[in-house]
Amino acid sequence: MSSAEAQTKGAKEPVIRLRNISKEFPGVLAVDEVNLDILPGEVHVVAGENGAGKSTLMKLLSQVERPSGGGIEISGEEVAFHGPRYAQSLGVAMVYQEFALAPDLSVAENLYMGREPGRFGFVSRGAERVEAGTLLGRVGLPIDPDLPTGRLTVAEQQRLEIAKALAIDAKVVIMDEPTATLAEKEIQDLFGVIQDLTANDIAILYISYRLDEIFRIADRVTVMRDGRVVDTLPVSDLDEDELVHLMVGREVKNLYPKPETVIGDVLLRARDIARAGVLENCSFEVRSGEILGFAGLVGAGRTELARAVFGADPVDSGTIELEGQDLRIRNPKDAIEAGIGYLTEDRNGQGLALQLGIDQNITLANLPGRFGFINLGAERRTAARLRDELKIRTPSVRRSVQVLSGGNQQKVVVAKSLETKARVLFFDEPARGIDVGAKAEMFGLIGDLAKEGRGIVLISSYLPELLNMCDRILVMREGGVAGVVSREDFSEERVISLATGTKEAA
Amino acid sequence: MTATTEEQSRSTIRERLSGVVSQLAAAGALIVVFVFLSVASPVFLSADNLFNIGVQTSYTAVIAIGMTLVIITAGIDLSVGSVAALSGVVGVVLMTKAGIPVVPAILGGVFVGGICGLVNGLLVSVAGLNPFIATLGMLSVARGLVYIPTNARAVFGAPDSFRLLGQGVIGSIPIPIIVVAVVATIGYVVLSRTKLGRYAYAMGSNREAARLSGIPIKRYLTAVYVISGALAGFGGMIASSQVDSGQPNFGMGLELDAIAAAVIGGASLFGGQGTVVGTLIGAFLIALIRNGSVLLDVNIYYQQVIIGVVIWVAVLWDQYRRRRLTAAD
Repeated sequence: MSSAEAQTKGAKEPVIRLRNISKEFPGVLAVDEVNLDILPGEVHVVAGENGAGKSTLMKLLSQVERPSGGGIEISGEEVAFHGPRYAQSLGVAMVYQEFALAPDLSVAENLYMGREPGRFGFVSRGAERVEAGTLLGRVGLPIDPDLPTGRLTVAEQQRLEIAKALAIDAKVVIMDEPTATLAEKEIQDLFGVIQDLTANDIAILYISYRLDEIFRIADRVTVMRDGRVVDTLPVSDLDEDELVHLMVGREVKNLYPKPETVIGDVLLRARDIARAGVLENCSFEVRSGEILGFAGLVGAGRTELARAVFGADPVDSGTIELEGQDLRIRNPKDAIEAGIGYLTEDRNGQGLALQLGIDQNITLANLPGRFGFINLGAERRTAARLRDELKIRTPSVRRSVQVLSGGNQQKVVVAKSLETKARVLFFDEPARGIDVGAKAEMFGLIGDLAKEGRGIVLISSYLPELLNMCDRILVMREGGVAGVVSREDFSEERVISLATGTKEAA
Repeated sequence: MTATTEEQSRSTIRERLSGVVSQLAAAGALIVVFVFLSVASPVFLSADNLFNIGVQTSYTAVIAIGMTLVIITAGIDLSVGSVAALSGVVGVVLMTKAGIPVVPAILGGVFVGGICGLVNGLLVSVAGLNPFIATLGMLSVARGLVYIPTNARAVFGAPDSFRLLGQGVIGSIPIPIIVVAVVATIGYVVLSRTKLGRYAYAMGSNREAARLSGIPIKRYLTAVYVISGALAGFGGMIASSQVDSGQPNFGMGLELDAIAAAVIGGASLFGGQGTVVGTLIGAFLIALIRNGSVLLDVNIYYQQVIIGVVIWVAVLWDQYRRRRLTAAD
């Protein structure tokens, strides 16, 4: 605190000052008397585990939620609460993790949504297009403003969201885990844009728990835990261990516990998997006890390859063998019955039936019972056993999964796949959206599964995860396999150069 | 081990209670209206009147149970009124023109309903039509199919024994009420203990998650529409039995009553939510309001206003409750 205050008293007046701000939900004090200063032109990272109150704090700032106590000052003036539109008019812009864009409208239309230039309810399309071009240039997105937004890549849509922030003359841009869906190259581009913004005295409030990233981008870090600010420090006063310690409130020994496994025979062999425009003759094999990584930029086809093997998407050609037997996989049902599991990267969108109970989600892929009837007793016992095995923290397995934390939800997804007795498991971004403690636990679990002799495929955009956990890494580029790197040859540069197709890492 | 069992039985009770609470808006309204009518009208609380309400609601309740199943999958079945009319007429024609005995003829009517449901189901699950569109088409097709041969004129002359289904009694209890009880019990078991029921909730809650879990979506989704169609057909037979004829004009707007009953009873049009008990409460609440308006001699148009307001209040309450459940960060 003291060092942060010292800095605040220095050159610049804070653009935003949170004063003893609190937010209480029924039964939960999500934000507890938080004080925070944000200086113009700084990148201020708010770090903390899930449930620490980061997201709620951002919602208070962007006036999505009404504070239960305390206040907000912008440029030295106390501001009233009138909702998100008002916050925007004061220069507070939010770039959400899930983009708030209408895919059927054009880039320009999205850029000016709610603030269309023109009069009397008519939209001046010409003005819209010209201004859009300028703004898109500032965020390094030289595209046609008439393009339908749905055709943009994830990274481009994010850039468009940032352009929206510039369009309202934002003083502060809040970014909620902006790199969660980006690959390394795109992250570098994003950081470039952030530097341009801060050079123009725009402050960036940045939520993240990717440690490496915090050290690359932050000027100051505020760590939150249980709704309170633990400390605000210049990043130069911190190292990785200290930051984790502050976030978790205890020591976390090893984030990526690489298991000692015995690597056995080939379990799964995929040959020449192809799908027009998406996958080009991809072949790979996974052995029993082995953890194979899938690396590559976003859009390189990692998820697509996993989904193709799992039967979730159609393929044009290719063969799949499990333990030497040819498989014919037309849909996920065939794959599950053969012993292949796929844990989706999009937990809420594709992994869980949120309104159903924990027990009901766990057994969804393999309901106990006969003649169409469910054996409810067996279901509850199965769920209780897996809850204990995977340490899913819940008072009852009958609770609906939507009230669980991200880490516990992820365990439910894992439990569901285990219940199908899968021999080969694809984990697609298993650590996304879960906090540091839960992450270590998840990777510990993946290691245990490999030890049991299962074959694991680990898909991740975060290289340290792959470099630490995997025995081999398969690198994909533009829908094809660019190369396979063995553990003894592991290096970040090697993987990145394969992924980008350059000799040297960019 | 004992700790686990204990903890589970406790949570079961707690969650059952919260299940009841979720229906409190509709259940509470049902009790309030019931008590109010008992005091306001001397006739209301007679066995005759209460049975009468049950009989009048019977076919709506049967059809609403099928509708609940469809709504749980995040679908809708707009065709139930037309399908009920088609089935009712076909059933009566089978008895009169074709000389088929009553029971097989009733099953024939149900079968026709099931076929309509099958077409709906295939249009939704295989052809990928939006359920609203698929069943809107069937609403028109089935109504047309019943008008063509009958020229929109009623079909009379069913054997006397056909009246038992809609008008008969066992002991002193009307048969249609018993029929509703049986259909509701089966519906309850299907929703809570069978794969079909579980998959209906799963598909309605998250279609993609259900697919990736290996659930054969097309098959189960089609089955859901077949069941809704068959129950619509059965409802049509009950109604035909009550008026002793096949009425081509029967059931216009009936789909809205069925949807209203399900929605008042806690079913969500976004899928994943809904129960048989809730739907029954919804159906009887609507019936009580109608009956009360007649008994108290309220202008008949007011009851429509009241029912509309009840739909708003019940669903608003439901949304408010759910938001509170998930509000915590």
